[in-house]
Amino acid sequence: MENLDTLVNEALVKVASASEENALYQVQVEYLGKKGTITSLLKTLGKLSNEERPKAGALINEGKVTVQTALNVRKTDLQTIALAEKLAAEKIDVTLTGRNQQSGGLHPVTRTLERIEAFFTNVGYNVAEGPEVEDDFHNFEALNIPSHHPARAMHDTFYFNANTLLRTHTSPVQVRTMETQEPPIRVICPGRVYRCDSDITHTPMFHQIEGLLVDENVSFADLKGTVQQFLKVFFEKDLAVRFRPSYFPFTEPSAEVDMECVMCSGKGCRICSHTGWLEVMGCGMVHPKVFKESGVDAEKYSGFAFGMGVERLAMLRYGVNDLRLFFENDLRFLQQFR
Amino acid sequence: MQFSELWLREWANPTLETQELVDQITMAGLEVDAIEAAAGEFSGIVVAQIVSFEKHPEADKLNVCKVTDGSEEFQIVCGAPNVREGMIIPFAKIGAVLPGDFKIKKAKLRGVESFGMLCAEEEMGIADKSDGLWDLPADAPLGVCMREYLGLTRDGRDDKIIDVDLTPNRGDCLSIAGLSREVGVLNKVDVTAPVIEAVAATIDDAIDVQLQAPDACPRYVGRIIKGINIKAASPLWMQEKLRRSGIRSIDPVVDVTNFVLLELGQPMHAFDLAKLDGGIVVRKAVQDETLVLLDDQEIKLNSDTLVIADNSKALAMAGVMGGAESGVNAETTQDILLESAYFNPISIAGKARNFGLHTDSSHRFERGVDFELQRTAIERATALLLEIVGGEAGPVVEKTSVADLPKCAEITLVEASIEKMLGLTIEASEVEEILIRLGMQLSKIDSDGMSGWKVIAPSYRFDMAIEADLIEELARIYGYNRLPVRTPTAATPLLPVPENELAMKDVRRQLVGRGYQEAITYSFVDPATQKLLDPDVAPLALANPISADLSVMRTNLWAGLVQTAVHNIKRQQPRVRLFETGLSFVPQPGKDPSNLDESLVQDPKLGMLLTGTRTEQSWSEGEQNVDFFDLKGDFESLIARTGSQARYTFVPAEHPALQPGQTASIQLEGVAVGWMGALHPNLAKPLGLKQAVYLLEISLKAVRQVEVPAFKPLSKFPGMSRDLALVVTDNTPVADVMSLIREKAGDYLTKLNLFDIYQGKGIDPDRKSLALGLTWQHPSRTLNEEEVNEAVDNILAHLADRIDAQLRG
Repeated sequence: MENLDTLVNEALVKVASASEENALYQVQVEYLGKKGTITSLLKTLGKLSNEERPKAGALINEGKVTVQTALNVRKTDLQTIALAEKLAAEKIDVTLTGRNQQSGGLHPVTRTLERIEAFFTNVGYNVAEGPEVEDDFHNFEALNIPSHHPARAMHDTFYFNANTLLRTHTSPVQVRTMETQEPPIRVICPGRVYRCDSDITHTPMFHQIEGLLVDENVSFADLKGTVQQFLKVFFEKDLAVRFRPSYFPFTEPSAEVDMECVMCSGKGCRICSHTGWLEVMGCGMVHPKVFKESGVDAEKYSGFAFGMGVERLAMLRYGVNDLRLFFENDLRFLQQFR
Repeated sequence: MQFSELWLREWANPTLETQELVDQITMAGLEVDAIEAAAGEFSGIVVAQIVSFEKHPEADKLNVCKVTDGSEEFQIVCGAPNVREGMIIPFAKIGAVLPGDFKIKKAKLRGVESFGMLCAEEEMGIADKSDGLWDLPADAPLGVCMREYLGLTRDGRDDKIIDVDLTPNRGDCLSIAGLSREVGVLNKVDVTAPVIEAVAATIDDAIDVQLQAPDACPRYVGRIIKGINIKAASPLWMQEKLRRSGIRSIDPVVDVTNFVLLELGQPMHAFDLAKLDGGIVVRKAVQDETLVLLDDQEIKLNSDTLVIADNSKALAMAGVMGGAESGVNAETTQDILLESAYFNPISIAGKARNFGLHTDSSHRFERGVDFELQRTAIERATALLLEIVGGEAGPVVEKTSVADLPKCAEITLVEASIEKMLGLTIEASEVEEILIRLGMQLSKIDSDGMSGWKVIAPSYRFDMAIEADLIEELARIYGYNRLPVRTPTAATPLLPVPENELAMKDVRRQLVGRGYQEAITYSFVDPATQKLLDPDVAPLALANPISADLSVMRTNLWAGLVQTAVHNIKRQQPRVRLFETGLSFVPQPGKDPSNLDESLVQDPKLGMLLTGTRTEQSWSEGEQNVDFFDLKGDFESLIARTGSQARYTFVPAEHPALQPGQTASIQLEGVAVGWMGALHPNLAKPLGLKQAVYLLEISLKAVRQVEVPAFKPLSKFPGMSRDLALVVTDNTPVADVMSLIREKAGDYLTKLNLFDIYQGKGIDPDRKSLALGLTWQHPSRTLNEEEVNEAVDNILAHLADRIDAQLRG
């Protein structure tokens, strides 16, 4: 018994000097294990008197607890140190870029078209496409633009021969839709169109998106409502919108739509030629002749159509200042529209 | 059309400021493009006369002039070359302000005092360039303010030149008369036209007129005027009106015809009577008949060109341009024939354009000139001419084919249609007022429960034909912006979204996720590039390309993508990954070219281009250039999304634009739907490329085919795997090995993948070793060893038999 203190102190010294968990385990076995030296002291209790025995037993247990506590504390310390070392070793520079990042992007025209398509498909419009090499009938005649019509001068047309051309607008898709579908019709027609014109504000190819709604009792009021809502959701702004009488052979009445300039909020700037207004689309009620050519009963149905230039909308939305950039496909331009 | 605001206000003068007026007509559909001052801003300039002048004692090029404003004399030093005694000139007095806020002060020029400045038109902002002082007419009243004299300012209002961009349906507004009609309607103010009275004939000379093409020219009005003084000058007020309308003063006869054109909208022409052989014949040209036009170009006429001829020759292209020979000569003409005709729009439309011509006259006739206007116009012109050039007028000769004249449109307007189309009711009284002010004749209809009007449109409104035209007029005058706004309602059945078709959005997103940037390139391309990339197909060529390098329709999407890559590589961006979707245009030889559906295939395609390093330069990756399998992997990631990947095969093949040995025909269930491969090395140089480029093109219809998933129960039983190392000849495609394995692997092979290819030590030089992993799994039981061994034995026997494959020893 007299060596309990010696053993405990010895154990405590070893605990304190252990530098790894394995060494602690050795101490545990050596002193507190089944055959450990402190545990073994319990076997000597039998030699003691009944009076001395409980006291001595308590002292031994106390010694065990002391050593066990020291072991536990040391173990925790060692774990903490080990973790700290591991963490220090595994420290990285989180500011480095991630591995193998790949991200392309959509062309701004597609990005714009996808947004527009989403607005309209949400309220039941279908998306229709058609051929780009068109015949004279679908591009002009069926749209009430006979060959001698002065409005043909408004469309600088690319021809392959007298009857075959590159469509100058996406309106032929409307005709093709009406030829093959019964009203009610709700359709939008996005796509490439072509005009024989090339300068700072014109490219020989550009994109249009047109909408067509044919049903019973469709009025100009419905057209106004649709166009106003569209411009608000497209620009995500409560913009002033005005309708100006205009002329398209395929609609009557026809209107040009002006919207409050998005750059200056209508105060007047270079973009809007200091008028405060931007011309953004043409629209109108479908002309009865177009219905007739497309096989729609004009007595029963009425409809509206609207059309706009996609590049123009994209320019206004994203502040692009040069139309020609859209078709140069310079990555420094394209990558701005991820 | 550009016009003078003050001229318009002589006809219709609403109490609106310029900007309000401009806004008003713009919102009525007559879009104003520009407003500019009719002259520079100046004040203090008066009409004056040079009394005398003498050379400046110290300067050769200067004169010292004595000038009077009618009440006082001034000494002016002047450098203009054209000073002369008695000349009437604009005189800027001390205190006058010239455009640009240039104040006139007393000055000393080389020692001589000068009290003001004598002005040229340029200095007053009236002409862009002048040669000397403005030589004003001899009757100009001395001392009068130039602004008043020129009619630049009236009632405190400075004149503005307003440019209005008229839509093709509004030919009726191509005149002061027409514009003022609109302004009158919009403001409910009266229109005061000048009084035009018939000018009595003082001589009997009359021209014989024959209408040989009455459908094209149903009305021709002519009048002879003899003994004119062609040297007389047009009055300044007329010159000024012409100038502000963008027309140069030529000679008094031409000026008067132009003036009437602007004022009333009737194009007119004047012939030199001496050049005419007999009477006037309005006829179609003889094919290839020649005519030298006023602009001195000789043209060959077509048999559908309408001409004004005399008994022996064509004199003018009707409604487009006069001839050089028969026109008024500013030196010699004494007697003239005035022409005021109505030509049918269809007979004029497109004709001028066919000859590359566009004139004020053709512009109006194409759109429609009031067919009741010809007599009025000739009377107006006669009166003006006699006043300016003198002479004696003969009687008005008119030939009309009434049957061929247009009819004023008669349209029934149903009252209920107005609400139906516009979504609001306009009071019947307001409807009537608007239409009457627009010049329509109305009679009320009330029968069979239908209420409405019979409307007869005026002879100048060629755009009125159907009810919708009248409703548009009502909406226009009522104001588009006062019309109601409504959200359309409709039955909204759910729209089908076919699951077996991959949305374009998803196609694009997949490629974007793999690092591809979408490009949009022109559908017409450079024929040389096109030929390099698809030499076996003759592309569709444009008849009128915008330029030679954009003159044929692409037959595949590669020309645009390659050019885009070149553009970017040249700009220090050598790592390019692009895709584009769009139509290709493949002509079908041997098919009827007039049947477009058959003779041209316009199919949507997906094109991809890959070049440069596999990843962006980075701290984590080595810099390796892409190869065939990068592109293939990216493409396979796309078809993996369709669930159809197993239906695709990549068959070694040859394409003239692609590198042999690195080219695959992409097949969907055995049908070729696309190509991929390395750009042929021979094409790199001609295309301007120095780095390897990989290309792919595939039918979008094919690539969007989706296999809708069909569930298979998950097996609860363990799978069994075997690895095989097979030695095959070097040129054996792995895909063949795989498909041979599948043929004999039995029903329960669930996984087959190649995990290594080895060539080198221990293998014949013309052979390669393939390491393959195979896994079998049965849905409802555990497979036993024997079954799998048997499958492996079958596979090995099959491979040995078919492609001489051996297990690697």
